[in-house]
Amino acid sequence: MIEVSGVSRVFPGRSGAVTALQGIDLRVREHESVAVIGRSGCGKSTLLRLIAGLIPATGGQVRVAGEPVTGPRPDVSLMFQRPALLPWRTVLGNVLLPVEFLGRSKAAHLDRARELLNLAGLEGFERRLPHELSGGMQQRVALCRSLICEPKVMLMDEPFSALDALTREELSAELQRIQLENTTTTVLVTHSIEEAVLLADRVVVLSARPGRVRKIVEIDVPRPRSLGERLAGYGAELRSLLVERTRGSAR
Amino acid sequence: MRNWAPPLAGTALAVAAWWLATVAFGIPPYILPAPPDVLAVFGEHGGYLLDQTWVTLAETLLGYALAVAAGVLIAVLIATFRTVEQSVYPLLIAVNAVPKVAVAPILVVWMGFGQLPKVVMVFLVCFFPIVISTATGLRSTPAELIELSRSLRAGWARSFLQVRFPHALPQIFVGLKVAISLAVIGAVIGEFVGAEAGLGYVIVQSGAAADTALAFAAMALLGAMSIALFYILAALEHLLLPWARETTA
Ligand SMILES: Nc1ncnc2c1ncn2[C@@H]1O[C@H](COP(=O)(O)OP(=O)(O)OP(=O)(O)O)[C@@H](O)[C@H]1O
Ligand SMILES: [Mg+2]
Repeated sequence: MIEVSGVSRVFPGRSGAVTALQGIDLRVREHESVAVIGRSGCGKSTLLRLIAGLIPATGGQVRVAGEPVTGPRPDVSLMFQRPALLPWRTVLGNVLLPVEFLGRSKAAHLDRARELLNLAGLEGFERRLPHELSGGMQQRVALCRSLICEPKVMLMDEPFSALDALTREELSAELQRIQLENTTTTVLVTHSIEEAVLLADRVVVLSARPGRVRKIVEIDVPRPRSLGERLAGYGAELRSLLVERTRGSAR
Repeated sequence: MRNWAPPLAGTALAVAAWWLATVAFGIPPYILPAPPDVLAVFGEHGGYLLDQTWVTLAETLLGYALAVAAGVLIAVLIATFRTVEQSVYPLLIAVNAVPKVAVAPILVVWMGFGQLPKVVMVFLVCFFPIVISTATGLRSTPAELIELSRSLRAGWARSFLQVRFPHALPQIFVGLKVAISLAVIGAVIGEFVGAEAGLGYVIVQSGAAADTALAFAAMALLGAMSIALFYILAALEHLLLPWARETTA
């Protein structure tokens, strides 16, 4: 579904160019869920924005559904660290934003929007404004918004990192359920190793400056998963990979 | 607006102190008229004062409306085009640095004693805060909202009308409120320099005639006008931007 071939991205800067990513090769199969982890500044967000078509690659090629990515696609949805809701729109209005912007029929999506909100535990909040909701609820609205147009690919950039630990666990459990029900392909950037092993089929470990794929770890645990011994083993492996890399680059 | 009692009590207290001072120190009315003297003026010249209020209000609203239209337009250009920002901004700051009182006599030379120089004066004092606040608001759209609208393939117009402009509205209202309080002052400056009508003209005339009570009545009307305009704007904001109450309250 997603093919990233030999992609690099250089940012021109005042104090010299920054190579955020170099020679990235990654294939994500249809319905697969891939997590990307790595230290801060290693280019995780850049990778996501390249796949989303928000910025062009300076080398190599990104393909989604077999087509080279030249700009944002309607079948790829994005979710950020912060909810990024429009504060003057109601909850329902925010969920329907992609429908409106992508020129789809609002009437045809209204039921689906309500259904998603119910699934996210937000029934009765359709007419509320975002500031009347807690941070966790706002992020759920953002999740509903990213699902409304039934995207083939969902890109998520640390979607739960601004939330408290409990809400975070709740939401990742919810996401796991959604993954089981839907057939989207997901790329999830996260700082949390637990989240990565819980949600992903494969975990991509990036090294920093320039960002390269250090290792791809397959999480061979059947779903639905819960944080048990087997996942803890994978977690330990990933943690040691991250630490090792830090030591290596310190020299 | 939620609670009228404290401001009313404060005003009543100030008026009482003023009255007490005139009585206690035996201040003559041509120096400081007592509240009843001022009230008497309203009874005597009510119709005349109302007519003059209309003149000043019309100048104020006309100049303000022009400043809003032009200010928002320029701000959009500044926020959109780098070259406009670089070429227009310094000029704006330079023009704003010129004391408006110094410009007033020149406006009279150019445009005479009619309504026009006052409208232009109001425009001049209101324009700058509106441009600055609107441009700042338009440039402060959070990066995620920009990326969101780009990822949903929104063009410039859609992104502007449905994301950036509404997002800037609370900031724009800050400038609008600053400008409305300056607007009345601008009109009065215009009238001071050369006019045949308006509350500023009334104040100049009554000063020449040592009719201080009349001047006070005119000032009271100017104050009331300023306050009313400000609160109308605040009410409009409250009504239009219920989502921004959290941040502006
Ligand atoms: N628009 C930009 N202009 C210049 N440099 C940039 C830009 N965006 C990212 N970079 C640089 O690219 C590198 C990778 O940034 P990126 O945001 O992708 O990191 P990240 O892995 O997402 O970090 P974090 O975990 O903190 O979110 C950083 O060194 C950053 O300084
Ligand atoms: Mg990031």
